[in-house]
Amino acid sequence: MQIKGEYKPLIVAFCCNWCSYAGADLAGNNRLNYPENVKIIKVPCSCRVNPMFILRAFQRGADGVILCGCHPGDCHYTTGNYYTRRRMSLLFSMLNFLGIEKERTRVEWVSAAEGAKFAQTMNEFTEAVMKLGENKRLEDLRCKR
Amino acid sequence: MQRIGVFVCWCGTNIAGTVDVEAVSEALKNEPGVVFSTNYQYMCSQAGQDMIINACKEHKLTGFVVCSCSPRMHEATFRKTAQAAGINPYMIEIANIREQCSWIHKDMKEGTEKAIILGKAAIAKVNLNSSLTPGESPVTKRALVIGGGIAGIQTALDIADAGFKVDIVETKPTIGGKMAQLDKTFPTLDCAACILTPKMVEVAQHENIRIFSYSEVEEVKGFVGNFDVKIKKKARYVKEDICTGCGLCTEKCPMKNVPNEFNLGMDNRRAIYIPFAQAVPKVATIDPNACNMLKNGKCGVCAKVCAAGAIDYTQKDEIIEEKYGAIVAATGFNPISMDKFDEYAYNQSKDVITSLEFERLTNAAGPSAGKLLRPSDGKHPHKIVFVQCVGSRCDSCAHKGKEYCSKICCMYTAKHAMLTRDKYPDTEVYVFYIDVRTPGKNFDEFYRRAVEEYGVHYIKGMVGKIMPEGDKLIVQASDLIDNKQIKIDADLVVLAAAIEPDKSARPLATMLTASMDTNDFFTEAHPKLKPVESPTAGVFLSGACQGPKDIPETVSQAGAAAAKVIGLLAKDKLVGNPCVAHSDEMMCNGCSMCANVCPYGAITYEDKEFRMPDRTTRIRRVAVVNEAVCQGCGACTVTCPSGAMDLKGFMNKQIIAEVDAICK
Amino acid sequence: MQKITKDILIDKSIELLSSGKVNRVLGWKNGEFDYDVTPYVFKTEEEIKNDFVFNGFSGANFSKYLVKETLKSEEKVLVFLKPCDTYSFNQLLTENRFARERVYAVGIPCEGMADISKIKALTDEAISKISFEGDSIKVDTLYEGEFTLKCEDVLLERCVNCKSKKHVAYDELIGEDGEVIDSHRFDQVEELERMTEDERFLFWQNELSRCIRCNACRDVCPACTCEKCVFDNPESSLNNKAISDSFEEKMFHIIRAFHVAGRCTDCGECSRVCPQNIPLHLLNRKFIKDINSFYGDYQAGEEKGARAPVVNFTFDDIEPGEAVKRGDGDNA
Repeated sequence: MQIKGEYKPLIVAFCCNWCSYAGADLAGNNRLNYPENVKIIKVPCSCRVNPMFILRAFQRGADGVILCGCHPGDCHYTTGNYYTRRRMSLLFSMLNFLGIEKERTRVEWVSAAEGAKFAQTMNEFTEAVMKLGENKRLEDLRCKR
Repeated sequence: MQRIGVFVCWCGTNIAGTVDVEAVSEALKNEPGVVFSTNYQYMCSQAGQDMIINACKEHKLTGFVVCSCSPRMHEATFRKTAQAAGINPYMIEIANIREQCSWIHKDMKEGTEKAIILGKAAIAKVNLNSSLTPGESPVTKRALVIGGGIAGIQTALDIADAGFKVDIVETKPTIGGKMAQLDKTFPTLDCAACILTPKMVEVAQHENIRIFSYSEVEEVKGFVGNFDVKIKKKARYVKEDICTGCGLCTEKCPMKNVPNEFNLGMDNRRAIYIPFAQAVPKVATIDPNACNMLKNGKCGVCAKVCAAGAIDYTQKDEIIEEKYGAIVAATGFNPISMDKFDEYAYNQSKDVITSLEFERLTNAAGPSAGKLLRPSDGKHPHKIVFVQCVGSRCDSCAHKGKEYCSKICCMYTAKHAMLTRDKYPDTEVYVFYIDVRTPGKNFDEFYRRAVEEYGVHYIKGMVGKIMPEGDKLIVQASDLIDNKQIKIDADLVVLAAAIEPDKSARPLATMLTASMDTNDFFTEAHPKLKPVESPTAGVFLSGACQGPKDIPETVSQAGAAAAKVIGLLAKDKLVGNPCVAHSDEMMCNGCSMCANVCPYGAITYEDKEFRMPDRTTRIRRVAVVNEAVCQGCGACTVTCPSGAMDLKGFMNKQIIAEVDAICK
Repeated sequence: MQKITKDILIDKSIELLSSGKVNRVLGWKNGEFDYDVTPYVFKTEEEIKNDFVFNGFSGANFSKYLVKETLKSEEKVLVFLKPCDTYSFNQLLTENRFARERVYAVGIPCEGMADISKIKALTDEAISKISFEGDSIKVDTLYEGEFTLKCEDVLLERCVNCKSKKHVAYDELIGEDGEVIDSHRFDQVEELERMTEDERFLFWQNELSRCIRCNACRDVCPACTCEKCVFDNPESSLNNKAISDSFEEKMFHIIRAFHVAGRCTDCGECSRVCPQNIPLHLLNRKFIKDINSFYGDYQAGEEKGARAPVVNFTFDDIEPGEAVKRGDGDNA
């Protein structure tokens, strides 16, 4: 058990190359602070994110996983994020169905101009995950206590 | 086994201020695959790059990681560095420890820890990188323009002027499109024919342009730079190269009662016809549905009167196959059908007409030789009502109209109203509108002139019903500003019908694998930054097929599309992005799910023969990615149930390795 | 239990076989016990006469077998399809998984199949003989004597909540076609949705912890016909079979359910074959229910060639955050 206040949730953020990764860069350019436990993985498009990656992150100890992509309608590849939206709606609903807290998963559309939104989103998300504490459920799903 | 180098950049104090770069390079030294790790003040500087190149040679590196600023800044730089060191440029990864680490964190310990983890993730990925080489494909230096209206004409002329061959395919017997039917153009009121017909002649005479009129695109295969197109040249029963366009046949043909589509059926033409005097090509065409000779072999008058001997009743449709490097869709628009708008009595009264019909009525070459006369009795109308937004901005009438604004109606209605008042000052003119939208150079001034100088009565409100009564049309409408119901006994009503994409656009989009929106307008590759490109590489958009447009906008877009085509055709070969999808054929199920989500139509299926692991031979349907067309979004990889589809440079196992490195 | 008898199917098989229309028959054969009726490819009239069975244990969905069976010969194979099987049949055709021209499909009516687990629970483990008589089942046990059960009490879950008695694909139909049924198949999903996250987690932990990773659910699933399953592919980063706490072990059921989302016809084979009686169909039904609720009703396999909702979109689809809330029953 970690001592209260010391616990730092591990957040994995998948960011699309064209909008959200650039938005994250902009947050950096503007020196907007967000927790260092947010780690970004760059993907060409949010639609590249296989549910498997998200499950893998959870199983390896991530406490929250967030996907960021271009706003619907602005996808560099025209339609990629529309598929992301459907896939993640279904996946996250399923995870919640299995008892995984809904605050641990999130999709946010962040444009290249929204550095502030990126930082704010990461702050909010980290805080929400922090309240839940460590993610044990996806590690434990098959192992009876 | 990889031999990986790690180069940690200080970026002056930008990184070194919050990240202990020494500790980072030290910590990453022991990561799997790493054989060399160092740090330096400015990795992107010449000295820094030289350092990388030397280390590559000295330590026989197979790849490296640069922990530095965002890859958006210097990934290209370090790829070149790799190349200079003799390493494949795709064997490097950047760990973003500036924008996504040092700049956002203030605590040195936290910053350093995070930088190490980001470095580890990049190393984990490089361990799984493989050399990638962009594919190359040749470019056929010929463009196809589909549609011969002003959009297609302008695009073709611009491409041809740059020295490239262009073919125009037009379904009608002549090029010219809708603009040829117009009388005057807003806001300058110059005559449409005066500015269009010289361009049509220029097209006809241009050594780089071929016109396939009365023709349709039948099949499109291939991809950017290499399209194979089949064009069906419909039989016009007149030898195009022999016909002189004298028009004698069109005067002697005994079939006099064929509705003339060029005048929207307001007068008649013969079975053999030339759509209008300035048609290009100026060649007669026989309408097979009207010609007695073609229908039952009785007549032959045209052949008898043709001195040139151009008539050929045995002509057949002809298929022309040609290769193109680029295709421009310029299929244009049509006014929507008024059949379902019973409230406007379009089908009950001849004196309720559309704006395009009004254009023909006021055109000197039109059915009434330019005199504004009522179609029913040929009398001069003294009270005219124009109704705007008929079927446009129509949320509640999606079954018959359109939700979008047709954009051009406000301006042409102002033009019609103004011209009417100018030519016939004794005529009262009313315009009913929802809003008057006049953004555009000199547009609002134009509309205000109609109101202020010409005394056109603009009434905000919609027309509820039009009832023919005697020789009058009773227009029932609401005036929203005075908040009252009004009735006008008009002599003529002109409906500003919404415009919609030409019906040929949908099947064409399927052939081109170009995407369309729900209204059947072609979708652009990016709404702001790629407005004339279709998401399908090598397919470009010109004119109203992409969205409602007036003439100046159409011409600008046509020129822009031409510039893009020229840019493409000027290349001898296309170098692709090597980070493209790739299907493992042995694992592919042939289920077609990937093709469903591909926005570029880059995935096709082939039946291939395979030697299976159980030593049998099987013919299997497998997905094949066209690397020249794939843009590397990865949508297909997630859709693929078997995991056969993967994305080079962002492979499943690479991303999972990154996840593992971060979550360790 | 069934309205049609095996004799009708035997006659039909022999008729098609002897006329040369088909050269083999995919049907059911008696297993070691009366209740383990197994799929079998019959090649001769004699085999058919001796071994063909059709009763309340003929539950196997043959659609998946066609993927491999049609590769074996260019001649047609006769397959009997219950209404629910025809959905899988169509779905596989949509995915180009077998050559339709190599199949002669005969649609047969189905009154529901029996669940041996339920029968054993009501009688005894050691069953020596089971016979069907009208609406009842006679069960002889070794130690507890004879039992007579009502068919409706021992139906498979999927048959209790049968979604359709209508055949969506066939070359020939035996008997009358039925209708799509307004079933209660989502009731249990809804019940789970009404629970708290904690309760749901405990429910699933209890269920999934019984999994022995026998892969029966995958092997029987008509949507799982991949040339190479990701769980068997060393390249997929998912196949760490041996290690007990590996990634795959924990995520297997989530990944499997997601893989078949939008393609699962809810045939219920996964739950039927699970030796641990894990209600796997609930995972699939959750996806189906969500798809219906988010994107409009969609029944995989109903229409050949249909574009599944997961490979489609509209511009104003529900946002994932909203979707999770709705899926949680907040709006229910």
